[in-house]
Amino acid sequence: MDFDLSDEQRQLKDNLERLMAAEYGFDKRTAYAASPHGWSRELWATYAELGLLAVPFAEADGGIGGGPTETMIIMEQLGHAMALEPYLATVVLGGGFLRHGGSVEQKARLIPGIVSGETTLAFAQQEKQSRYDLADVATTARRDGNGWVIDGEKGVVIGGDAADHFIVTARTAGARRDHTGIGAFIVDAKSTGLSRRGYVTQDGQRAAQLTFAGVKVPASDVIGDSAGALPLIERVVDEGIAALCAEAIGVMTMMHATTLDYLKTRKQFGLTIGSFQAVQHRAADMFVALEQARSMAMFATMMADDSDARERARAISAAKVQIGRSGRQIGQEAVQLHGGIAMTMEYNVGHAFKRMTMIDRMFGDTDHHLARLAGLGGVIG
Amino acid sequence: MDLRFSPEEIAFRDEVRHFFATQIPAAIRNKTIEGRKFEKSDIVTAHKIMYARGWATPNWPKEWGGTGWTPIQQYIFMEELQQSGSPQPLQFNVQMCGPVLIQFASEAQKKRFLPRMASLDDWWCQGFSEPGAGSDLASLKTTAKRDGDTYVVNGQKTWTTLGQYADWIFCLVRTDLAAKKQEGISFLLIDMKTPGITVRPIQTIDGGREVNEVFFDDVRVPVENLVGQENKGWDYAKFLLGNERVGIARVGVSKERIRRIRQLAALERDGDRPIIENPRFAEKLAAVEVELKALEMTQLRVVAAERNRGTGKPDPASSVLKIKGSEIQQATTELLMDIMGPYSIPMADDDMDGSNELPIAPDYAGGIAPAYFNWRKISIYGGTNEIQRNIIAKAVLGL
Repeated sequence: MDFDLSDEQRQLKDNLERLMAAEYGFDKRTAYAASPHGWSRELWATYAELGLLAVPFAEADGGIGGGPTETMIIMEQLGHAMALEPYLATVVLGGGFLRHGGSVEQKARLIPGIVSGETTLAFAQQEKQSRYDLADVATTARRDGNGWVIDGEKGVVIGGDAADHFIVTARTAGARRDHTGIGAFIVDAKSTGLSRRGYVTQDGQRAAQLTFAGVKVPASDVIGDSAGALPLIERVVDEGIAALCAEAIGVMTMMHATTLDYLKTRKQFGLTIGSFQAVQHRAADMFVALEQARSMAMFATMMADDSDARERARAISAAKVQIGRSGRQIGQEAVQLHGGIAMTMEYNVGHAFKRMTMIDRMFGDTDHHLARLAGLGGVIG
Repeated sequence: MDLRFSPEEIAFRDEVRHFFATQIPAAIRNKTIEGRKFEKSDIVTAHKIMYARGWATPNWPKEWGGTGWTPIQQYIFMEELQQSGSPQPLQFNVQMCGPVLIQFASEAQKKRFLPRMASLDDWWCQGFSEPGAGSDLASLKTTAKRDGDTYVVNGQKTWTTLGQYADWIFCLVRTDLAAKKQEGISFLLIDMKTPGITVRPIQTIDGGREVNEVFFDDVRVPVENLVGQENKGWDYAKFLLGNERVGIARVGVSKERIRRIRQLAALERDGDRPIIENPRFAEKLAAVEVELKALEMTQLRVVAAERNRGTGKPDPASSVLKIKGSEIQQATTELLMDIMGPYSIPMADDDMDGSNELPIAPDYAGGIAPAYFNWRKISIYGGTNEIQRNIIAKAVLGL
């Protein structure tokens, strides 16, 4: 039992903390968000130079061979800065499909581009009707000679407006919500028949709606079993949720710290508002919520690569529930304790609150994961 | 960062688990599971079995009978103990008074009191709260006036848990009436057989009689029973209360309760299905489990940090453990009442004196409503949850 970071991990954290402090001030972030891609290509290149984009990949594939703890460290720092770059979409999710399901040829083809910063990916899964059910796939892929033809629509593809490749889930057999008959495909964003409509999300990120009209995909772009990809999808999404939990910790930590600073400086009735007990107790409750969430983000990190899918699912759902609850409380309280200033687009807490709110809607909200956890028999052995 | 127990820690856990399962009588442990109260003899029996194994005072230094365990081992021991249903080694002796004496008492006092405290040959109780001194403990009014080689103690203590069994009481008394309120307090050890002491039991809302008022009427206490320096008692009390918070998450207790909930919710039916299959109930239970899992990890973080901070110094973040630990324990008592539904209404058989009639409710229903009533105390004792929020606001957040 050891909660300490290794020297290398501490160094990774410190380096990234310094970089974010220098490059992610409020005005710079606003400028990145307003740029054509909605994030900084320059910073993305810096991430590549620092090796951040190589972290989870095996050394044999050109990566660094980091584990869930390294991903946690990075995501927490990105969350703290509310970074806009598509790290989750490209490295954690896209990279996850390649690491856990990709062929030798697919890895060799795509990982070098990810690591160098030239290639970004996005995970195209969400459909109009699917809500949070990963098995609810109406987009179809039918055989066409050696290859496949994809038809359908994907709605909320985070990071999708600038991605070079998509990992697309599509039904190869069976009925809409069957657990078998689902495949995962690598699709080039420039493919004929694929149209994309990019848009801005509530939290200032970018996403896309994708329409597939007879998009041809060669056999070499199927990831793993064309009819049995659901376990792979679930594994990658579970890792994605663990990463998202870490990001949320960064966002919550920033909101709590910013709120405390405000309580210590803002004066009303001739006193700092932090001297009022009604306010102190709410700040204390935010701290409790934050520590509980931090504990569960660590737990999710520990369980993210567990080989027992059921144990992993219990842990990940439990973590997502805690993050959702703590995040809502801390976000709403941060806005409330600031008062009017946090209602504006000119102050970082409002942006963090928006990001936190959207995190709860990704890969299953609190209610979804509570129901899933209840169905799995809870998280206490 | 490796949050899994090491192979050595797992071996230790298995050893401890085996000990409780085989050495502490099932008849005692089952009382916890079934929600019944311990008799004095249950607590003494369990304590002495642990003492014989050298495990009654794991948190004490080795020279005074401690185990030399790491903080993680101590945590594992306590969690296994709690999950087994065994009574803890008497907290007033082991967690509260013992560490104060080890830290602040004279060698003569240590030699006199600690061995019998460790073996539970002496049963200790706590004399801190007073009718007018609850959260504002330092406003206590019980006085100890110096008269030659003795103090003469007058006043009243209250909420003295299990004081009816006690041989000794450790008290906060006012020795300087002129000083500022925290500065005139001393820590005094008083033999409960001393003339002038009266113990009156208080019946609590669960029907039990675990707390008492203790009255002091010209009670003469030898000066040699003063711990540390006169008028420094508040420092020792703060030390004691800080230690008290460390064990207060009671993760093992809540884990045991969750298992009991699952057991009874599978047994009791709601229409044509067991209650556990009612989605509303299952989700309520899952929500408590999430909080408990998070608390377990938070507790482990506090324990692991102790290694870096040095043992004995309480972490102000342990107030988080008190707040969440109490909320979760209380939530488990509500879930159990939800399971029993209308059968949580009748008084249990053993609360009705000498009745030979068949019980009205299933026998496992008896302790459930009383536990709900009784466990409201958890967010009140050891520093109310509001006091814990004050501690977090000041000591952690700097407000």
